[in-house]
Amino acid sequence: MSYTTDHVEVHVCMGTAGVASGGHEVMEALEQEFAKRGLKNAESKERNCAAKQTGCRGLCARDVLIDVYIPGKEPITYEHVSAEMVPTIVEEHIVGGNIVEKWAAKADYFQFYDKQKRYVLADCGRVDPESLEDYIKLGGYEAIKKALTMTPEQVIDEVKKSGLRGRGGGGFPTGLKWTFCRNSPGDHKYLICNADEGDPGAFMDRSIIEGNPHAVIEGMLIAGYAIGCDEGYIYCRAEYPLAIVRVIKAIKDAEAAGILGDTVFGTNFHFKLKLKEGAGAFVCGEETALIASIEGERGMPRPRPPFPAVKGLWQKPSNVNNVETFANLPGILLNGSEWYANIGTEKSKGTKIFALSGKVKSTGLVEVPMGITVRELIFDVGGGIPKKRKFKAVQLGGPSGGCLTPDHLETPIDYDSLIAAGAMMGSGGVVVMDETNCMVNVAHFFLTFTQRESCGKCIPCRIGTKTMLDILTRIITGQGREEDIDLLLEVGNDIKTASLCGLGQTAPNPVLTTVKYFRHEYEAHIRDKKCPARECAELIEFVVVDDRCKKCGICKKACPVDAITWEKGTVAYIDKSKCVKCRECIVNCPFNAID
Amino acid sequence: MATEVKETESAGKEIDFTACDEICEKYKDWKGATIPVLQQVQEAYGYLFSEIVERIADNLNMSAHQIYGVITFYAQFYTKPRGKYVIRVCRGTACHVQGSGRISEVVCEEFGIRNGETSADLKFTLEEVSCIGACGMAPVIMINNKTYGNLKPEEARKIFRDYAELQG
Repeated sequence: MSYTTDHVEVHVCMGTAGVASGGHEVMEALEQEFAKRGLKNAESKERNCAAKQTGCRGLCARDVLIDVYIPGKEPITYEHVSAEMVPTIVEEHIVGGNIVEKWAAKADYFQFYDKQKRYVLADCGRVDPESLEDYIKLGGYEAIKKALTMTPEQVIDEVKKSGLRGRGGGGFPTGLKWTFCRNSPGDHKYLICNADEGDPGAFMDRSIIEGNPHAVIEGMLIAGYAIGCDEGYIYCRAEYPLAIVRVIKAIKDAEAAGILGDTVFGTNFHFKLKLKEGAGAFVCGEETALIASIEGERGMPRPRPPFPAVKGLWQKPSNVNNVETFANLPGILLNGSEWYANIGTEKSKGTKIFALSGKVKSTGLVEVPMGITVRELIFDVGGGIPKKRKFKAVQLGGPSGGCLTPDHLETPIDYDSLIAAGAMMGSGGVVVMDETNCMVNVAHFFLTFTQRESCGKCIPCRIGTKTMLDILTRIITGQGREEDIDLLLEVGNDIKTASLCGLGQTAPNPVLTTVKYFRHEYEAHIRDKKCPARECAELIEFVVVDDRCKKCGICKKACPVDAITWEKGTVAYIDKSKCVKCRECIVNCPFNAID
Repeated sequence: MATEVKETESAGKEIDFTACDEICEKYKDWKGATIPVLQQVQEAYGYLFSEIVERIADNLNMSAHQIYGVITFYAQFYTKPRGKYVIRVCRGTACHVQGSGRISEVVCEEFGIRNGETSADLKFTLEEVSCIGACGMAPVIMINNKTYGNLKPEEARKIFRDYAELQG
């Protein structure tokens, strides 16, 4: 789908990353430049220029990104734009008609998009997230209008046939989940959008809400109509201030336009929507905990059954879906279930959005068809590992998921293949690690997180994660014992079996998979008191290895405490009495010469 | 060094409960109002000291224990005063593998505060957060509402020193 305008339009990426990189300043510079040159609201099409804010288009590493649309011409993208570059771009490109080649996006920018199939994110980066008119102009709210001409059963049937599975992590078939709630007796039912994206390393829900909030509202209207809900909540984490601002505005605008309220598009279907702000608790991503939090309680999970479909929010039947799941719905309704079911693999349909981060060249948000291999995702879309380092592992599914190794690069990414390989889809966080990342340290990192976020309600999770963390701390500080690995496996399996909710049941996964694939690293820490990746500061000697040192002096420049002596043509020397073990020298040395 | 300001720091001073009462009044008929009320009262008063918690409890017809139960569960409620500048160091996975641990250390080197602590002059609070969802530009920090990405430890140090020089 190509985007066309009848005037000159410059799109400025204004997601969180865009704003942090100076998006507001670029926008302002454009406005000023247009005003100064009399290009604002000019009469002729070629001269009439407008700057428009859009949401995240995914490639956050190159922000601020702007697209220049000139009627009748191919759009041009510029990367790493700053306010100072704006006058030149306006002068040479928009007025003069010559593309500023040195700043224009090159082949590596387009490579990022080559293997992607952007359906859910199609309008993120094109639509003005704060404009209802703009969303409607791009075909928005047509899907709910179409749904309203069908019976609720037909809508559910369509979603079932599409094969859509929940994007929050579990992968439960969405249509089936809706049936449970629809068939549950009760005259008042709730629909909840889970936007409590707590997995560190995942940010697709934030980007969807920031980039295209009306798509989420439209998805919720479709679900609400199909299930028979009359009230909805979007539960968004408070760490996403921009998303909250935009969703509140979107709700207000939709209410004013009669899209939300007593008569949705003039029909009998009535649906109210509210935003509920989270208060900082990872466990609230679990649906029963989320419900407790909306009720104003401590966000602790409740035993199931009863399932939320029977007794959920305020004891009423409730249905909880993830942001990305909702954002998939308008496309399914508009293009039909058959279209959707043709994308992806036999059991995992459609596309999935992944947050690609860590040691990969193009970090950002990517949407790919299910079934793409791990290699394609990391090396083709992500551009591979920077600094000529080697790929070591990838963590899929956040703190609940597991890591995969170079042996798994050909694994197709779909719900079932990932579980078979020991990882999981989770919410779609993909954190790539290279040879300088210690897997024991990564496991310790995840356990620190889950231990801190354990709500404390059930003992296996509360005590078990603490025990595992103690053991891991012992290992990375050189106090590890021979029996520790077996103990980790034993405790880990107990926690998995006995915990109340998903947080506890999956918390040991990062440890179990790293032990499975990187047992030798654990053994090196325990037996040799060495960290092969040189990440665990307590186990590094901080000495320069003579025959690896190329005498370049980079380490001296990197050292913040002047502990390194070096002169041209000599091997560097680290004064241990001054060294604070900050690892800056190791991180910066291009030759791995410090042990 | 970090302060040990007591929760009843405000004791002895006259506390103006008007804003608190207004917020509670606004949510009087809401179901599940506790969290939004606490969020807004904290916004108005800076942190949740004991007198204000008691007042909220009275207004919402709940016990203070229930309110404290909620406050202590969530990371974003504070029972101690906070610095003028809250430095949030993202400790998400992506930031971790890009070395964000070192950035927390730099904060400690500069201001002598660790996670959750506030400097004695009430200027800086260090808060390590799970993930601010800007993994594409890891490592990331936020100082109040401004985001800084792709940071090297020494660049972060410079930013901290710039804030330290700001008046007031």
